[in-house]
Amino acid sequence: MGFEVDVRHTSGSVDGQPPSTPTSTYIQLAGWTKVVLFIRALLSKPASALGLIIFVVFLFLALFGPFLAPYGVNEQIAADAGQPPSAKHWFGTDNLGRDVFSRVVLGAREILSLAGFGTAIAVLFGTTIGLASGYIGGWFDEILMRIFDGLLAMPLLLLALLLLGTLGPSKSSVLLVIIIVYTPIVSRVVRSVVLSVRQRGFIEAARLRGENLPYLLFREILPSVLPALAVEAALRFSYAIFLVASLGFLGVGVQPPSPDWGLMVREARNNVNQMPWAMYYPAAAIAVIVIGVNLLADGIKRVLLESK
Amino acid sequence: MEQERAVLEVKDLTVAYRIGERWLEAIRDINLSIFCGQIYGLVGESGSGKTTLAMSILNYLGQNGRILKGSIVFDGEEISQYPKEKMRSFWGSKIALVPQNPLSSLNPTLTVGEQVQEVLRLHLKMPEAAARKRVVELFEQVRLAEPQRVARSYPHQISGGMQQRVMIAMALAASPRLLLLDEPTTSLDVTTQASILDLIKELIQGQDMAVLYVTHNLGVVVELCHRVAVLYAGELVEDAPLEEIFRQPLHPYTFGLLKSVPKLGQNKKEQVLSSIPGQIPALAQRGSGCIFQSRCPIALDICAERPPLESIDAKRSSRCFRWQELLRGEIPLEKLFEAEGEALQASIPVQQKSEAAALDAQGIIVEFESHASLFESLARRSSRKVKAVKDVSIRIEAGDTLGLVGESGSGKTSLARAISGLNEPEAGSIRIYGLSAAPKLSKRNRDVLRRLQMVFQNPEEALNPFMTVGESLRRQLFVLQGIRGEEAQRLAEEMVKAVQLPLDVLNRRPNQLSGGEKQRIAIARAFITNPDVVIADEPVSSLDVSVQATILNLINRLQGNFNNGLLFISHNLAIVGYLADQIAVIYLGALMQLCRAVDLFKPPYHPYTEALLSAVPSVELGKKAQTIRLEGELPSPTERIEGCPFHSRCPRKIGEICERQAPPWRVDESTQKRIYCHYTLEELTELQSPILDVGL
Repeated sequence: MGFEVDVRHTSGSVDGQPPSTPTSTYIQLAGWTKVVLFIRALLSKPASALGLIIFVVFLFLALFGPFLAPYGVNEQIAADAGQPPSAKHWFGTDNLGRDVFSRVVLGAREILSLAGFGTAIAVLFGTTIGLASGYIGGWFDEILMRIFDGLLAMPLLLLALLLLGTLGPSKSSVLLVIIIVYTPIVSRVVRSVVLSVRQRGFIEAARLRGENLPYLLFREILPSVLPALAVEAALRFSYAIFLVASLGFLGVGVQPPSPDWGLMVREARNNVNQMPWAMYYPAAAIAVIVIGVNLLADGIKRVLLESK
Repeated sequence: MEQERAVLEVKDLTVAYRIGERWLEAIRDINLSIFCGQIYGLVGESGSGKTTLAMSILNYLGQNGRILKGSIVFDGEEISQYPKEKMRSFWGSKIALVPQNPLSSLNPTLTVGEQVQEVLRLHLKMPEAAARKRVVELFEQVRLAEPQRVARSYPHQISGGMQQRVMIAMALAASPRLLLLDEPTTSLDVTTQASILDLIKELIQGQDMAVLYVTHNLGVVVELCHRVAVLYAGELVEDAPLEEIFRQPLHPYTFGLLKSVPKLGQNKKEQVLSSIPGQIPALAQRGSGCIFQSRCPIALDICAERPPLESIDAKRSSRCFRWQELLRGEIPLEKLFEAEGEALQASIPVQQKSEAAALDAQGIIVEFESHASLFESLARRSSRKVKAVKDVSIRIEAGDTLGLVGESGSGKTSLARAISGLNEPEAGSIRIYGLSAAPKLSKRNRDVLRRLQMVFQNPEEALNPFMTVGESLRRQLFVLQGIRGEEAQRLAEEMVKAVQLPLDVLNRRPNQLSGGEKQRIAIARAFITNPDVVIADEPVSSLDVSVQATILNLINRLQGNFNNGLLFISHNLAIVGYLADQIAVIYLGALMQLCRAVDLFKPPYHPYTEALLSAVPSVELGKKAQTIRLEGELPSPTERIEGCPFHSRCPRKIGEICERQAPPWRVDESTQKRIYCHYTLEELTELQSPILDVGL
């Protein structure tokens, strides 16, 4: 493998001299070797390996779903309506004669992209606010944090329902809900790390040479925050999937005829006695991806701790 | 001193830790006998295995530690293989420990009185009422003022010095046969340390007890111990009575260690500090040869083999093949150690400096607001303010070093941070060569920033762990001077050479460097833009003794080359006295004394300076002319103090005038010595006698 050479070169020596510390930190290695080593470390324990595999499988479904699904999303085969799982319809069909397997596969893109984008934007906002709030401190910090306290004091689902009630159910509303709900959580995590870092000598040295605020926040402080942030982002992602599915199930999120898993459970609920498969498979998909991403988050945490 | 049978006899003790899959030996073949009434000093740097030795005597090694071979005989009883359950009857009753950090050893949820009672009830089966009475007696014995009140206090309510007294009382409660003191004064201020040492010395006298005193501080050993064992990288390299080891060390490591500590009164103008090159080998890198070989200036081919601990006479032994030559004085060790790391000079040109002072800070006042919450600060317009620095003025000439000395809480770091702009001062003016520097860091332009740089205390946090050394240095050049590309690379390389590191460190990250190496890079970063003023805040206090000397020499040499003004902050009088040209003594945010370094050790002194000097444990043999100890505790920073800040603890307090009226500055015109006291200089000279003989 091409990577192997790289790995040995980077971790083994600098200019032919052995490094003083034998275990080098993953974060401090360059580019691809870092990623390869990280994945290898994740695969070394069964739990995180399982999490990674689940995540990769669903990611694959999300990317290549249209090529894998035997039927279209809303393709109705009236003759096959309400069929149990069979060779023709792996997960059976629902009451409208839609292929459940195809809908589960095609639904992956929707839920992963909604949860993914939502989390990414929440992490972006949360990180920026957390960095600034923790570093600047004082009134700025006080006011922001009290607002966030207020937001966090409300039950999550209630807040989401309230927002969606005002905004009206749509994909962009769901996205906005994820961002509004998770930004405060992410920024709290980031802020707590910043508080422990900002008094360190290298930050003060940077201040003494007159670095501007963005450089201080993103170049000096951010790298120290990244490990905690990676874990938090993975965790947020799994909860975001959960949230999207919950909102779909409650009927205030993504609207029919979207192949949203939560929505599919909602639609199949009425016929659960006749066609339980139409409800169980999307429900199982939700459970598996949430568990998978959670395992992955734990794995990332473990690897980062070990590399310290 | 009766010496029939040793209280503790350690024979060929080897202890290993499991690290990963391997067992690595932390201490090897240790032999030690401590007799009744003896205070045995065990000296070593960090990583020497001194704590491992103490813990194996207690049979209290962690899960991953194991005694591989050897025996530990306590009062004729072999205890090294005893299980923990059996050791329980020894701990606290027959063998007691006073740990380094008292606060983490005391239970925060119980009063200290209850905790000492527990020892009495458990080991002496004392009934509760008797135990309570005995605690007060013990507290009186360890000179705790108001013993009743202290007994009712929780650990966090009393000062560090008082906590350590409580620990000593607890250790002595069951009259143990063996007392282990593991760096008991390391976390304390020098004046507190002095009184704790006095206490230990006094309590041990006449007791039927043997003492093992573990420390890295040679000065403490001189104050206290009868016999010294020197531990290096897990091996005893020398073992001798106190006088002999200090008069003529018979191992090059002992010699280097003794010479790398600046003595009180020693100054850079007279001699360069000897330093031991390199660093202590890591556990995994300890070969089969002489353990000191890699750093030894007199190593021979034969040293590839491991020397035995040879007995020189009945009383002393050394683990060096060449001890006979050392004994006959045939090896000029002094010169050999000094020659290390000389030469190398930075070729960065010295810029011409004007006549104005490099740094002129006038009337600096630093205040901290202590408000608990948003609501409190909203509700109360004027919150409680803590004055950390009260109207301090200092001046540093080009090429000069001002040493700022004070204990913790004296405001020395606050002053440094105010001058550097890291904390905005409440009032005061800061000028660098006449150029005014704004109090707020963000208001200072690039030119002002370049002129003032800082070296921080903790090398572990001084460098960004995600940047290579080269990136850190080049960034400094780019941001402050706009230098980039090849020119920046060339300057960075030159600077790395100037701090005596190999060029390949430029491509390394901080986690691949040792603490001393990190601090060199931090120094390189501060000096690389050739600032007019460098502030060094305790730059060596977290480093090992043998590394300290190298860093001090380095700072000294760089400053000589660049001709900058240096503000050097330390709690260590000997180090400040060594490196500084001028000295400022600070107490509770106010200057007490300003003088030339050479005059510091001669009377008249400010009474506080006098107490500080008297408290410093000297690494030289011989008695100090007088001992002055401070009573009481440092007043709380929120307290308002009228008159002289030092009046509450001053051993030379005149009377009411000190409490009500701020003292005047007494100035000696010929030496420019300035003392902030109600006594005149003549009166002080008459009262005081020299604390050490500077003539020597």
